[in-house]
Amino acid sequence: MRITDHPILGPAEAGREITIFYNGAPVPAVEGEPIAAALMNAGVRSFRRTAKRDEPRGIFCAIGRCTDCMMIVNGKPNVRTCITGAADGMRVETQYGYGGRKEQA
Amino acid sequence: MKKLRTEVAVVGGGPAGLSAAAEAARAGAKVLLIDENKRLGGQLVKQIHKFFGSEAHHAGVRGYQIARRLLRDVEDAGVTVASNALAYGLFPEKELGVVWDGKHCQVSAERIVLAAGAKENYLAFPGSTLPGVMGAGAAQTMANINRVLPGRRIVMLGSGNVGLIVSYQLMQAGADVVAVVEGADHIGGYGVHAAKLRRAGVPFYLSHTVKRASGDGALARVEIVQVGKNWQSIPGTELTLEADTLCLAAGLNPMTELAWMAGCAFLYLPAFGGHVPAHDAKMETTVPGVYVAGDITGVEEASTAMEEGRMAGLSAAESLGYGAGAALDAERAAIQRRLDDLRAGERGAIRRESKARQTAAAADQRQGGGAT
Repeated sequence: MRITDHPILGPAEAGREITIFYNGAPVPAVEGEPIAAALMNAGVRSFRRTAKRDEPRGIFCAIGRCTDCMMIVNGKPNVRTCITGAADGMRVETQYGYGGRKEQA
Repeated sequence: MKKLRTEVAVVGGGPAGLSAAAEAARAGAKVLLIDENKRLGGQLVKQIHKFFGSEAHHAGVRGYQIARRLLRDVEDAGVTVASNALAYGLFPEKELGVVWDGKHCQVSAERIVLAAGAKENYLAFPGSTLPGVMGAGAAQTMANINRVLPGRRIVMLGSGNVGLIVSYQLMQAGADVVAVVEGADHIGGYGVHAAKLRRAGVPFYLSHTVKRASGDGALARVEIVQVGKNWQSIPGTELTLEADTLCLAAGLNPMTELAWMAGCAFLYLPAFGGHVPAHDAKMETTVPGVYVAGDITGVEEASTAMEEGRMAGLSAAESLGYGAGAALDAERAAIQRRLDDLRAGERGAIRRESKARQTAAAADQRQGGGAT
């Protein structure tokens, strides 16, 4: 859920509305915001799955330190989505194991 | 590969680094400020509460507004700013390895101020890796910077100032805080922060901890349990809370990697969050020319970080021949007084004592013949 109005910070800055694709499905985003913010707003909680136990991982640190939010972005694996800006048409996919897609896990 | 030379390189653009850079540049030194983020200000940019203390510590001003002031100071002082620049290594002869806008570059500096800050502590328990379990700082970043609510029903583990402040800020952003859970038998943070939550009816579970987090693919329930005198859980006291977000506010630890690489002498000070570099009153470590300031010297507050930054910046500049004499001594004495004020009273006793041990360790090390 977006915090459009805030008692201290006021209304959110209006950015350019774009569309990114999460596992093929369109998700609305604001240009330049972290990919993770757009996904969290869309209700996505699991960002990647672990190599050994196939467990889900989600946002943990949100400042690019913990690597739990790494996904495949425009075909490139291990992208930290919490500090990578969204761009129109971006393709974002759940990452399995050390950087693969589901069929490679 | 790009090579850069500067007189003073400051690593970290939070309250300590910004203050150090501005002071050193004002004194006349050529300063390069390096920060890994696109936007400077460190954690101040997500602090939307008003600070306390004296006017010198920006009392009554909100954190993100303080960051703006410090950024203006840095610009006015003529500091060169490298943002989106990650300092990954500190090598002999004060050479920093930096990845700046994705390109490698080597920075040679005559003096270095390390102001890398701190990172959140992690806690392990069954279910602690489930999506929905996150650092309190992560929830704060999401709500206050990215303007997206991390969840609707929040359990906060930890009642220090971070736990209290983030709980209140998540409520301001529209979430429900279901509980604040604290292992100790008393609230850790300031009464004024706790009172805001109490007035809003948030339940505090003191002498409680999280037993497990569970849910199908993401957090849905948090089971808490009472703990006894030896921090052992008491069977039969379990309570299950429905929540989609569990925030961990279990303290911070200093980000000291670059100080270790530089060969600084360290000591272990639990009150400061772990191993910290020894330093003298001028903030110089046991490696000549390498200074530290802020949470890297021990986790305290942004106000302390700003004062330590000023001290480090002035001292680094002085050692290069910029500024001297009675005016500088008076300025440093004033900073020291303000630092002492920030560590005054009963609450500051453990930090006073820890800081004394830290400066004594630096003196011992020098007498003993240099760094380890």
